[in-house]
Amino acid sequence: MTDASLSVEGSQPRAARGAALDKVFEALCFSAATFLLVSLGGLVISLAIGGWPAFEAFGFGFLFSAEWDPVQEVYGAAGALVGTLVTAVLALAFALPLALGVAIFLVELCPGPLRRPIGTAVELLAGIPSIVYGMWGLFVFAPWFAKHVQMPIMMSAKPGTFWETITTGVPNGAGVLTASLILAIMILPFIAATLRELLMTIPPAVRESAYGLGSTRFEVVRKVSLPYVRAGAVGAVMLGLGRALGETMAVTFIIGNAHGFPTSIFASGSTIASTIANEFAEATGVLHTASLIALGFVLFVITFAVLALARVMMGRQAQT
Amino acid sequence: MSRIGSPRLSRRLGELTFLGFCWSATAVALAALTAILWSLVGQGVGGLDLSVFTMSTPAPGSEGGLLNAILGSLMMCATAMIGAVIIGALSGTWLSEFAQGSAYGKAVRFLNDVLLSAPSILVGLFVYEILVAPLGGFSGFAGAVALGLIAAPVITRTTEDVLRLQPVALREASVALGAPLWRTILSVVWKSARGGMLTGALLAFARISGETAPLLFTALNNQFLSLDMTKPTANLPVVIFNFALSAYDDWRRLAWAGALLIAATVLAVTIVARILAREQRRS
Repeated sequence: MTDASLSVEGSQPRAARGAALDKVFEALCFSAATFLLVSLGGLVISLAIGGWPAFEAFGFGFLFSAEWDPVQEVYGAAGALVGTLVTAVLALAFALPLALGVAIFLVELCPGPLRRPIGTAVELLAGIPSIVYGMWGLFVFAPWFAKHVQMPIMMSAKPGTFWETITTGVPNGAGVLTASLILAIMILPFIAATLRELLMTIPPAVRESAYGLGSTRFEVVRKVSLPYVRAGAVGAVMLGLGRALGETMAVTFIIGNAHGFPTSIFASGSTIASTIANEFAEATGVLHTASLIALGFVLFVITFAVLALARVMMGRQAQT
Repeated sequence: MSRIGSPRLSRRLGELTFLGFCWSATAVALAALTAILWSLVGQGVGGLDLSVFTMSTPAPGSEGGLLNAILGSLMMCATAMIGAVIIGALSGTWLSEFAQGSAYGKAVRFLNDVLLSAPSILVGLFVYEILVAPLGGFSGFAGAVALGLIAAPVITRTTEDVLRLQPVALREASVALGAPLWRTILSVVWKSARGGMLTGALLAFARISGETAPLLFTALNNQFLSLDMTKPTANLPVVIFNFALSAYDDWRRLAWAGALLIAATVLAVTIVARILAREQRRS
């Protein structure tokens, strides 16, 4: 583009003015792009600075202690950190198979006229605001879940077994597992949409030749389609994980907001994001605020690593 | 495998299980959407009456509506969108037209993608650190900045994507007529890409209009009707959050009505954006 504009540059004043404005326009665009870069940089730096008092006071112990006591002014990130990782990984475990199923259905199985409405419906699922998921999860899903899933499981657990230990909890439906299930519904459409796009990039000839050899649809998907999009699919999964890690409102509603390690899948817990959402506006002590910001910094580092990995994998897919 | 039965049988079983799984996965996703919309409409419509739009948030037990929250949300979203569209359109243009293969362009693209999916609550913390704490108070503007920072990467990304789709011949034709580059981009490339750019802006709007986390400690909340964005400003998501977790039935009723309003807005905007995008592709 630049070469073309240079070649039409003549000695006329009009062309010279055009060229001058070109510089201005490019500078404007450049500064907008730089603004984005600076905001992300500023975000990291401000979180690091804001959280510094907490890192200074507790050192590395901040990451490994699960104690969170605003009265004694002792703070540790481990409880929220474990809660974040557990809910995100569980959510991914539930969402990934479903998302694969949805994506394959939309690309391979769906009858033509239904493809667009179902595709749109899945996209709408992605559009529902987090806070609506939270309300629905707390007032509709949790009571249903407590009655039809949690109670039967808790009743059937034999006393003294490991199964009983990980299923104890208050039977109100709010807890780590419910939060993970809601998160799974929330990230499902994102993973499904990315996988669907990936599957559609496969050249028809590749799949058709597999069908031509007599493969069933299952075999085509398992041995041809999925290996073909492997790098991109890992990226899609990482993107979903990144979302689940940082999701705030829905989790805040449902997880029960208890500090410390979650003791069972039905127990209350907390995540980094839910802790910040609950306490930040009311935090009074300097150390309390700093610890919450430090939690934010930890969350940023984790999501950045996950998202960066996702982008690298998706980039690798794009090159193949 | 052959011991269980003929290979043909096990292949057919595998195929059937696989097909059944894909169908039921889709059914689960659709059921979740239906269940959410069902309870949203069921619980929300009952709370929707005229006073929701004409009165401000009440004290528990008295009559009231969501007027201040709706207005506050609109003001903040509008302010955020103005900033985000300017930043997003320009930086998307830079990425598509000027960055070429430069390392800086790659860095901006990569970090924009990170910003795009970074947890929104961290954006709230950032704005708190740079605007709320130093200026000594929560404000509607801080909320708008936080929302804008969430919308800008979305618009940047979609702008870059649609501009890249515009044919090179289009630009060459304009340049060959003697138009300088800025004119070419503004009047030719942008014009031909405007549908896609609008779609991006609508999707960004849909994204920020339901965002709650970044507003919790930037805009905070305000019980009263106020048009002053330098003060704490009421907004729908935070009001819903506070009211839903309260113990008062009439507050919860308002929370459901608000949730229905937000969800309906977001879904309507998303659908309009999709239709726009589809027509763009067709033409």
